[in-house]
Amino acid sequence: MFENLSERLGGVFDRLTKQGALSEDDVRTALREVRVALLEADVSLPVARQFIKAVEKKATGAAVTKSVTPGQQVVKIVHDELIAVLAGEDGDPGKLRIDSPPAPILMVGLQGGGKTTTTAKLAKRLKERDGKKVLMASLDVNRPAAMEQLAILGQQIGVDTLPIVKGEDPVAIAKRAKTQAGLGGYDVYMLDTAGRLSIDEELMAQVEAVRDVANPRETILVVDGLTGQDAVHTAENFDNRIGITGVVLTRMDGDGRGGAALSMRAVTGKPIKFVGLGEKMDALETFEPDRVAGRILGMGDIVALVEKA
Amino acid sequence: IMGRSQGEGAVARRVLDDEMLEQLEELLIASDMGVDTALRVTSNIAEGRFGKRLSSLEIKQALASEIARVMEPVARPLPLYPKKPQVVLVVGVNGSGKTTTIGKLASQFKAAGKQVVIAAGDTFRAAAVEQLQVWGERANVPVLTAPEGSDPASLAFDAMTKAQADGADLLMIDTAGRLQNRQDLMEELAKIVRVIRKKDPDAPHNTLLVLDATTGQNALSQVETFRKLADVSGLVMTKLDGTAKGGVLVALADKFGLPIHAIGVGEQIEDLAPFDPEEFAAALTGLDTE
Ligand SMILES: Nc1nc2c(ncn2[C@@H]2O[C@H](COP(=O)(O)OP(=O)(O)OP(=O)(O)O)[C@@H](O)[C@H]2O)c(=O)[nH]1
Ligand SMILES: Nc1nc2c(ncn2[C@@H]2O[C@H](COP(=O)(O)OP(=O)(O)OP(=O)(O)O)[C@@H](O)[C@H]2O)c(=O)[nH]1
Ligand SMILES: [Mg+2]
Ligand SMILES: [Mg+2]
Repeated sequence: MFENLSERLGGVFDRLTKQGALSEDDVRTALREVRVALLEADVSLPVARQFIKAVEKKATGAAVTKSVTPGQQVVKIVHDELIAVLAGEDGDPGKLRIDSPPAPILMVGLQGGGKTTTTAKLAKRLKERDGKKVLMASLDVNRPAAMEQLAILGQQIGVDTLPIVKGEDPVAIAKRAKTQAGLGGYDVYMLDTAGRLSIDEELMAQVEAVRDVANPRETILVVDGLTGQDAVHTAENFDNRIGITGVVLTRMDGDGRGGAALSMRAVTGKPIKFVGLGEKMDALETFEPDRVAGRILGMGDIVALVEKA
Repeated sequence: IMGRSQGEGAVARRVLDDEMLEQLEELLIASDMGVDTALRVTSNIAEGRFGKRLSSLEIKQALASEIARVMEPVARPLPLYPKKPQVVLVVGVNGSGKTTTIGKLASQFKAAGKQVVIAAGDTFRAAAVEQLQVWGERANVPVLTAPEGSDPASLAFDAMTKAQADGADLLMIDTAGRLQNRQDLMEELAKIVRVIRKKDPDAPHNTLLVLDATTGQNALSQVETFRKLADVSGLVMTKLDGTAKGGVLVALADKFGLPIHAIGVGEQIEDLAPFDPEEFAAALTGLDTE
């Protein structure tokens, strides 16, 4: 649907290189194409702006202006910088802090982002890869059949869920989960919460209260990988209000460009830990910055391609 | 970006120059309108105004009326036909709000005196049926179900038979969420449509694609593919009660011209509103807070 970065830059540089060596202005023209490519990939505007500023210096250097393949040079610089931002400094994206059992993990996010599904996927992973005993509890008293949904998933993956008690509020459920996790000898207990808008004062206060009861070791923001410009608001509001420790991007099995990944990382500074790649319980993978970087640029896995540049 | 001039009072005027146009473009891009459409909208309002001194209010009004002009032709309620049953198939990617929207629509039709039946065509997702059953109770409408894992097309066929026998006015069919790049799942949808047509060659009379307002430019690909494979006749956009502005609807109106029947503005049964181009444009440009 949209041109990828290489195609965009190809057009610009073909025009420019005919005139001989490139000037700094020429490179700035090219960076405007980079900006459009990022915006079409759904990178949030303020993040895209900041990103362009960061690559501008590198791109106006001699490596680009004197290059016979300036387009590829710019692609490489942009690609490297994307990976650097996406990866951040804290390695180990596929790890969760689950020391001192029972370790609470709080799952939060907007409506329909994939929290319940991701809760179960993570539980399955913790159980199978790390041999942990996991308890899942649904604190979603809003959405019809939300608790049943988690209970069914629990059965499917062989992970216990906290028995459903109708009429309990989320804070009371969190307390019961904590007690049950302690008594039952669980290593981890996961709290799946109702979807909420980041501007919904009442529901944001409620999840704060849940956090204060559970003192989570990880607070995971679950975000739809197809999210557009709204990513900055969601990231900022949830992080400011609840304090997240990591992000899971869902629906990365779609054909979206995944620019929300960059927005999330840039705004919160918190690591993207996993990506959801489908509805099935094993469709969860460790976040890989280079793959997502190529995707944001619309070029798939371009590591091989730019190494030649 | 308009905040600054607002601080100086609504009468402060600025020249509509390139810099200003770029700022307006960014305001629109930040609403998910997409770069191309944002450029087109701003250049349309620049016509006849470029170089003039305008107040921030005047600029927002110009932008809003240009957007409302684009959206006017697609603001159309769900058409009702003298068919029994009129079949409404509801499709979309995962988590966009299909099931909730069916509950809301069923309640509205019921209130309008229609006899409504719902078919729980999501036989895949955990507790999808239970979720829809709750909505059926809330709307006071019967819900036809099939066991988890069974073929949704055969449920649709049974539902057609039942709705015809009961003389229902409307049959609303929920479907499992599916990403448009999943060919197997898109084919499953096409099969549902084929089976429905065995019962009534004109059905489904409406195929609603439910879009999530937080979705960015991928909505274009969603509409393109669902339209091709499932004959989408209209759109509903949900979650417009949040911080997302749904600007991609402008790009969609421009490109596909599909009617927008309603918008979701909350999780409660009454939170479904008609699509109002002026209100939408005002919210998108920030005119509503002026
Ligand atoms: N294709 C795909 N679908 C996903 C993925 N993760 C979740 N889903 C689907 O997205 C839909 C919503 O997922 P849920 O887990 O119910 O989302 P939620 O955030 O718990 O929703 P609420 O509780 O209503 O806020 C379901 O249809 C899931 O099967 C993913 O990585 N890929
Ligand atoms: N704030 C808000 N939430 C909504 C709106 N519409 C739906 N939701 C919420 O979004 C979540 C997903 O809605 P569903 O109706 O289950 O979505 P779906 O498309 O049927 O999901 P799948 O069947 O899993 O693909 C639920 O938590 C709903 O309450 C809306 O207009 N505003
Ligand atoms: Mg949930
Ligand atoms: Mg559903």
